[in-house]
Amino acid sequence: MAFQIVINLIIAFMWMFLSETYTAPSFIGGYILGMLLLLLLKRFIPGDFYIKRVISILKLILLFIKELISSNIDIVKLVYTPKLEFEPGIFVMPTDLKSDWEITLLANLISLTPGTLTIAVSNDQTELYIHAMDIDTVDESIHDIKNTFEKAIMEVTR
Amino acid sequence: MSENVSDEFIGALLILIGSIISVISAIGIIRFPDVYSRSHAGTKSATLAVLLTLTGCFLYFWFTESFISVRLLLGIVFVFLTAPVSGHLIIRAAYRAKVKMAEVTVEDELKEVLHEEDYTNSP
Repeated sequence: MAFQIVINLIIAFMWMFLSETYTAPSFIGGYILGMLLLLLLKRFIPGDFYIKRVISILKLILLFIKELISSNIDIVKLVYTPKLEFEPGIFVMPTDLKSDWEITLLANLISLTPGTLTIAVSNDQTELYIHAMDIDTVDESIHDIKNTFEKAIMEVTR
Repeated sequence: MSENVSDEFIGALLILIGSIISVISAIGIIRFPDVYSRSHAGTKSATLAVLLTLTGCFLYFWFTESFISVRLLLGIVFVFLTAPVSGHLIIRAAYRAKVKMAEVTVEDELKEVLHEEDYTNSP
């Protein structure tokens, strides 16, 4: 991915040198041209086309913001119910993510989603321990959310 | 001139929503029964409150004085990255210090694991 970005930057600079206009618009023009060239020469370059990964990163950020807002609506509901009737608990979630980076990202995402908070990561890094606000209602739906998060993170990292 | 007023209005609205959410977060911290559920209110609502307030400030200065403050943007990014981590650390330290939970249902899943391993060399 980094290799492709460097090539794209080099193409953009070459474009600037060729047209002898050293301005931002000509750089952007060269960069778009470089993207087209990389797309054309995709089969000779190792790895996927990197714009795909950039788009999945953007998707992840949007997912993050959406979940943050919906979790706050959840908190508001909990705070304003006259009687506090929720059942907190800790459950285990197995994860397929391998590297430290991915697990950190997943733990942060879980902490900002509705009704969950990461407490610990197991020693062999295959399980996350999560504190849930409402264990019996949310348990299953949370697993769905986790699947979407894990999928989004995997799309970014591999 | 009327355009300017509506621009200001967007920033003011964001700041207002942010402050309302931070009040809700404070009420949640008072009302919830134990450390863990308080931490829920503390991390999520406080994060969103600060983010909205900073975004409101950023938009206000951008629209009214056409001044793009990179510091505010960096502040947004840093709060977004660090708030969940600090929440996680506090709740983890509380669990390790054996702080009691409220009315707990499926609490045992971590307890067993913690009893098996020794406490000192865990990650």
